[in-house]
Amino acid sequence: MIIVNSLRSVGRYCMFMNRAFSVPERWRIFVKRTFTEIYKLGVDSIPLVIIISLFIGAVITIQMKLNTDSPLLPAYAVGLAARDIVLLEFSNSILCLILAGKVGSNIASEIGTMRVTEQIDALEIMGVNSAQFLVLPKLVAFVAFMPVLTIFCMGTSMLGGLLVAMFTDVISVSRYVYGLQALFIPWYVWYGLIKCLFFAFIIASVSSYFGYNVKGGSLEVGRASTQSVVTSSILILLFDVLLTKILLQ
Amino acid sequence: MIEVKDITKSFDGRTILHDVSATFYTGKTNLIIGQSGSGKTVLMKSLVGLLKPDSGQILFDGRDIVSMDIKAQKALRKEIGMLFQGSALFDSETVLGNVMFPLTMFSDSPYDEMLDRAHFCLKRVNLEGASDKYPNEISGGMQKRVAIARAIALNPKYLFCDEPNSGLDPKTSILIDELLSDITHEYNMTTIINTHDMNSVLGIGENIVFINKGYREWVGDKRKIFTTANEALNEFVFATRLFQEVKDYVIHNASKEPE
Repeated sequence: MIIVNSLRSVGRYCMFMNRAFSVPERWRIFVKRTFTEIYKLGVDSIPLVIIISLFIGAVITIQMKLNTDSPLLPAYAVGLAARDIVLLEFSNSILCLILAGKVGSNIASEIGTMRVTEQIDALEIMGVNSAQFLVLPKLVAFVAFMPVLTIFCMGTSMLGGLLVAMFTDVISVSRYVYGLQALFIPWYVWYGLIKCLFFAFIIASVSSYFGYNVKGGSLEVGRASTQSVVTSSILILLFDVLLTKILLQ
Repeated sequence: MIEVKDITKSFDGRTILHDVSATFYTGKTNLIIGQSGSGKTVLMKSLVGLLKPDSGQILFDGRDIVSMDIKAQKALRKEIGMLFQGSALFDSETVLGNVMFPLTMFSDSPYDEMLDRAHFCLKRVNLEGASDKYPNEISGGMQKRVAIARAIALNPKYLFCDEPNSGLDPKTSILIDELLSDITHEYNMTTIINTHDMNSVLGIGENIVFINKGYREWVGDKRKIFTTANEALNEFVFATRLFQEVKDYVIHNASKEPE
């Protein structure tokens, strides 16, 4: 029964995406809405990304020092390991898990509220493709802006580590900076950026799907919001494994 | 004119509408009345194409919305305006933005003309001063009027209203009723109002369709309703003592009138 229900949900999700990915009726309105969504979903997330990245970057650096404190390892290994953790996992997978909570619940509750207050019915009666009108600008905006957030995250995390080096005696600044530059593989940056595009699509589309299909009242909107965060998070983890296997091996 | 021919609609094996037929006339306020759960909302949603009937036809001046393809349905929907029970205004748009919305989506007119039209519609519903306000900054009655202005922005041929008076005080309800009636006659629209407000029934009911337990039980106007022999309709319309007294008064006075 669970398998049948899951397959049914996947089918509904695909049909929903098919409706969402249709040609906009008015390009001018689509572009305007996309920029509004870039601001709402992307630019508004920058403070959160900066705060989290700064602290996690600092914590990673301290943890690395504590756990790799061995005469067999060079001191710059702290900076090197912190950099690779940030580039490979934190700036994309972990950041997207956090954003699934902020952006995902925002999208699901916004569209869900529109559904229960009949605003989506109003669009349909006017002859507007509501799935395309509401969802496509969010998808395009979030997928387009996610690399910016990821790059912000990469930079700020390393800055967090640098602040630890500057204001504590965990590691010297020169060794930390040398570690950040040592044995650098540029593909890791591309790997992080490619992953974040997939995750951004998952967050925006899954949250929209749950919000769009709300039935009932405010209680169901809250439930849809929770479901969207849980489902997005699970899918992000699943795709993280798949993409790592494909892109790094 | 909208003609409904033998429509049936079921959900999970339970039939909500049984072979319902009715005619809704142009230039008249057509009312669908019935108790909660009688099927009138399902009928309304079928009329506007949000639900597809299992069988039957719904003809908009001869065009069957049930059998037409999506493209034709989309074109027809541009001739439809709808006022929802909860107004369904877009929270993120101002009053003016809400009225402008259908114009910017579907009209090819220059922006200034669209703006003029939106201001004209707001003026028609006496809301010129509220154009910069957001829906959550205005009263329920004003929200209904904005929804009416939005519904008539594209000059529709058909206007659907789902419980337009719900949640409004009696004075505002009468204002909304009068506005809907005036607009219907002014623009010669086919207006269909789904209601169980007896003030509306007796005030603006020019063509009333009574739905009971999924069946169309009675059709008539507000005068005929006083003399109906339909038991279910009598129980529904004259359920309160006040309306019973109104009915007795009307019948009493009618019998006194010289022939």
